[in-house]
Order: sequence, then C-alpha cells, then structure tokens
Amino acid sequence: MHILAFYLFAILAVVGGILLVAFRNPVSSALAMVLSFIGLAGLFIGLNAYFVGIVQILVYAGAIMVLFIFIIMLLDLNDEKPVKFKSSTVLAGVVIPLLLVVQVLGVIQSHNQGEAGEFKEITAETMKKSAQEHYLRTDENGEPLPLLEQSAIYKSLAHETAPKLPDTNLIGHAIFKGYNFPLQIMGALLLVATIGVVVLSKRSAKKAPSAS
Amino acid sequence: MASLHEFLFISGLLFAIGLAGVIIRRNIIVIFMSLELMLAAASLTLVAFSRFHIQPDGLPDYNGQVFVFFIITVAAAEVAVGLAIIVALYRARQTINVEDLNSMRG
Repeated sequence: MHILAFYLFAILAVVGGILLVAFRNPVSSALAMVLSFIGLAGLFIGLNAYFVGIVQILVYAGAIMVLFIFIIMLLDLNDEKPVKFKSSTVLAGVVIPLLLVVQVLGVIQSHNQGEAGEFKEITAETMKKSAQEHYLRTDENGEPLPLLEQSAIYKSLAHETAPKLPDTNLIGHAIFKGYNFPLQIMGALLLVATIGVVVLSKRSAKKAPSAS
Repeated sequence: MASLHEFLFISGLLFAIGLAGVIIRRNIIVIFMSLELMLAAASLTLVAFSRFHIQPDGLPDYNGQVFVFFIITVAAAEVAVGLAIIVALYRARQTINVEDLNSMRG
C-alpha cells in the first residue's frame, strides 16, 4: 500500500469520525459517518482485503446509512432545540478516550514490531519463496512442484499483465470450509433480526399499558 | 509503506473517537452511529493483523477477514433492531434525548 494512499484514507477516516461526533444535525452526522467508512474501506483495500472493503462500502455506506437517514426522516427531528452539554460530561468524554489513545501509543512504543510489522507485497515470487522455506510443495531441488504452478492463486498472482490476489476466492474457501456452521447461524441470526424488527415496529391495536 | 503499528494506531484513534461520541452526545441516534464507528475500528485491527500474519503458503491469514465478515453481518442486524427500538421508544416517549430517559434513575 502506498504511504500517501494510507495517509489519505487514514485522515479521511479520522476526520469523518471527528465530524460525526462534532456535527449537531443528525443528518450531517450520518453523512460524516459515511465519509469515515469510505476511508476505512480504502484502508481495507490497501491491505489487499478487497472483498471486505467492498462489503464495507455496500453494507455500511449503502444499507446502514440509508437506514439511519430513513429513521431520522421518520422521526422528523428538525425542531430539536440546541442542547447544553454539561462540562463534566465533556470532560469525561475527552479524558477517557485520550487515556485510551495514550495507552495504545504506549503499547505501540514499547513493542518493537521488527520485520513482521513491515508491509510486504504478496507476489508469485514471495509465494514461491515461502513455499520453499516451509518445505511445502517442493521437490528435493527446491523447485516448486507442478501443484503450486497449477494452483489458481499462483496463476492469478503470476499473471504477467495484471497480477492480483484472488481474495474473494480465498475468503469463500475459508468461510465454506472452516466456518460453515457459523455461517448458517448467521443466517438464523438475520432471520431472527428481521422477525424482531417486524414485531417491534408493528403498531399494536390497543396501547400497551406500560407505555405512558 | 505503512507498518502494522500505524494501522493499529489509526484503529485505536477511531475507537477513541467513537467512545468520545458515546460519552458526550445526548442524541441516541448519534450515539448509535458512534457505536458503529467503534465496531468498524475493531474490524480494521482484525484486517491489519490478517494481512501482516503471512501464512506458510505465502498468503494472508484469512480467518481474520472471515471474522470481519461476521462482524459486518452482526452489525447490520444490530442496526436494524436498534433503530426499530429507537422508533418504538420515540413513539412511547416523544424524545430521543438520553437525558430525558431517566425513569429508571434511583
């Protein structure tokens, strides 16, 4: 990931987050949230996580933002009076997150990341080298076996004109081989959430006694 | 080239901003948006560790990205249910200011 792209998207994400907290109008806050999530999606794509980045934009910047805007419109909050913030609340809201940031900085400073923390491009060469280092799929001369040469990932990375990591293939492989049962639970969770929302937002014919 | 520490710092910063929003703001919808920001900041950590933890086959550790996928799914469900609860709350109380929701205060 190019360092300039990293700083651009990181600043976009952080500025979006600050604006989300700072704006008084909830609609502006929702749009600032989208700015922040677009910055995050850029960081994901810079980390070669193309699938997660695109899903982030589709779900957060698409579906969730529309849901927030829709609820703000539904509640019709334009006559909101300006609220006075208590100084103790603002103090707590500044000091506690600041402590968190200082703590994160302290951990980062005290730990030497070494070579593992450096960003290394993933290419066909590095893949071959790693396979040789770990004695995977190599014959006695250290040459990769035809298995590695034939694998779709290696071929995609070794493509001369447009080498790219087949990220979606690999995630699909990981989900459906290693996380099949959790995936089905996710399906049940979405169904339960859908039913719950329908039940919650159904206006009951007679008013509930607890509602004042 | 950005290093692992820089990604972790950005993630911590976003989490702190979200926490500040949850503590400072009084509008329950904005509090909810700040919660979403905190969730997304946590997934940046997962993706960064996934990318920097290269497996023996020379590829990133995709377990972290699968986890992010699940987090996004849960976040979508959570937003749907949470906003439905906010609408029900607004119908019952005609307010979304958390200072006015003090009927359980001792």
